[in-house]
Amino acid sequence: MSINWFKYSSPQTFFPLAGKLALGFSVLALLACSVGLYLGFFVAPTDAQQGESYRIIFIHVPAAWMSMFLYVVMAFWAGLGLAFNTRLSGMMASAIAPTGALFTFIALWTGSFWGKPTWGTWWVWDARLTSELILLFLYFGFMALQAAIDDPRRADKAGAVLALVGVVNIPIIYFSVKWWNTLHQGASVSLTRSPSMAATMLTAMLIMTFGFWFYGIAAVLLRARCIMLERERLSDWAAEYAKGTA
Amino acid sequence: MMAALRCVIYRDLLLAVRRSSDVLTVLLFFVIVVSLFPLGVGPDPTLLRTIAPGVIWVAALLASMLALNRMFASDHADGALEQMLLGATPLGMTVGAKVLAHWLVSGLPLVLISPVLALQFDFPRELLGVLVLSLVLGTPVLSLIGAIGAALTLGLRGAGALLSLLVLPLYVPVLIIGAGAAEAAASGLPGHAQLLLLGALLIFAGAFAPWAAAVALRISVE
Amino acid sequence: MNWGSWEKFFAMGGYALYVWSSYLVALALLIAELAFLALRKRNAVGRIRAGGTAGRADR
Repeated sequence: MSINWFKYSSPQTFFPLAGKLALGFSVLALLACSVGLYLGFFVAPTDAQQGESYRIIFIHVPAAWMSMFLYVVMAFWAGLGLAFNTRLSGMMASAIAPTGALFTFIALWTGSFWGKPTWGTWWVWDARLTSELILLFLYFGFMALQAAIDDPRRADKAGAVLALVGVVNIPIIYFSVKWWNTLHQGASVSLTRSPSMAATMLTAMLIMTFGFWFYGIAAVLLRARCIMLERERLSDWAAEYAKGTA
Repeated sequence: MMAALRCVIYRDLLLAVRRSSDVLTVLLFFVIVVSLFPLGVGPDPTLLRTIAPGVIWVAALLASMLALNRMFASDHADGALEQMLLGATPLGMTVGAKVLAHWLVSGLPLVLISPVLALQFDFPRELLGVLVLSLVLGTPVLSLIGAIGAALTLGLRGAGALLSLLVLPLYVPVLIIGAGAAEAAASGLPGHAQLLLLGALLIFAGAFAPWAAAVALRISVE
Repeated sequence: MNWGSWEKFFAMGGYALYVWSSYLVALALLIAELAFLALRKRNAVGRIRAGGTAGRADR
């Protein structure tokens, strides 16, 4: 039996699969987040230094990790689309961007609300928060560029170049910001790393990361379905689907 | 091929000289922006001395960005760009030549006038060398990265503002390291590390940015 | 983690504003994203149905 590796590389075949996967991952996300939040609020103890405010970590760190992870995944799909000229890869990259930007915003918002009781100010020029801010601008740039180009194929390819340039720059940006931060603020405890984390706190945080990851997959697949319906609206399979959903 | 590249550079320089108002406006923008900061933060000399490298760098960044539109837009409008795409010279090299010409016209003047502006901020004279050197190494990187942005936004509505949004996040490391060099020198540390890093960024950008911009040009011109 | 009472849980040791603002805003944004996607899909399907056969090459 030979496997057709490219069976799902056309929107027509991927569309129903994406729907089923989105449903599955949504359920998994709900489960993981429930478990994670229960552990985080009812099992993990109070922090010695930060009191109860540290509990923001259970969404701040997962959101930050996902924001960076999604950018890399977006660049991967964009690069694939650029190299192999596949429509669906470009659609996936475009589908990821808004979810990635959302996670970045959540990381910034929760970081700010965590910083206020801890450091006294609503914004801290901490290396991670500053890098997250620049990452947000990178996401916005990608979305703005794609929005400004009418032809979807040109939009995909231009976005791909931008995403790839961005992904190469992210380590450079992160290290230069980290250096800038240590030079200007001196040694200070990072907002996101307490000296030692209780095992329960770490477990809860990791489970929440999985929860956010599954949510991200579900949201991206749902958006990819919308993009497929919009771009392929003149095709037969889309017409069949539209007729089918009453 | 070298002859072709010399031709491209010469042509761009000639066009810039003929339309010298383009070049001079950018330079004036740089000067004005630098002058705005003391008006905004007050004339306290100690404060100004501290913020001088940062202000000059940010202004150089913004001025450099203003000039980016010129890189490909006029060639695209009169069809010369398509000839370059079809030509025998590798597009990456042609783009590199255009970036060099662009820097000579938009970046180098900024570098040359920066000592005068730094003196306006009472920046110590012995540290001017580090500041100028950081700009000499940094402004070409800005032109190189900017070329990618200019190529991506070629012909789009609202290209100017979109270009800024695309390019400014990528400029951040250059800004941090470039301004950091002069600031380190001001606090007594040698700025060598930052200058070496800027040199590394320049080599890295010089190697990859023309090629990325060439890919972007092909996408934009189709 | 034994909170003792629901009041203590909601008070979050004095940090109620920060903790609950973070969680509620995050939750609201994620729900808004899903709602927006549902709306977008409905519009896309509506557009397909309304589009008829205009633009199709083989009809």
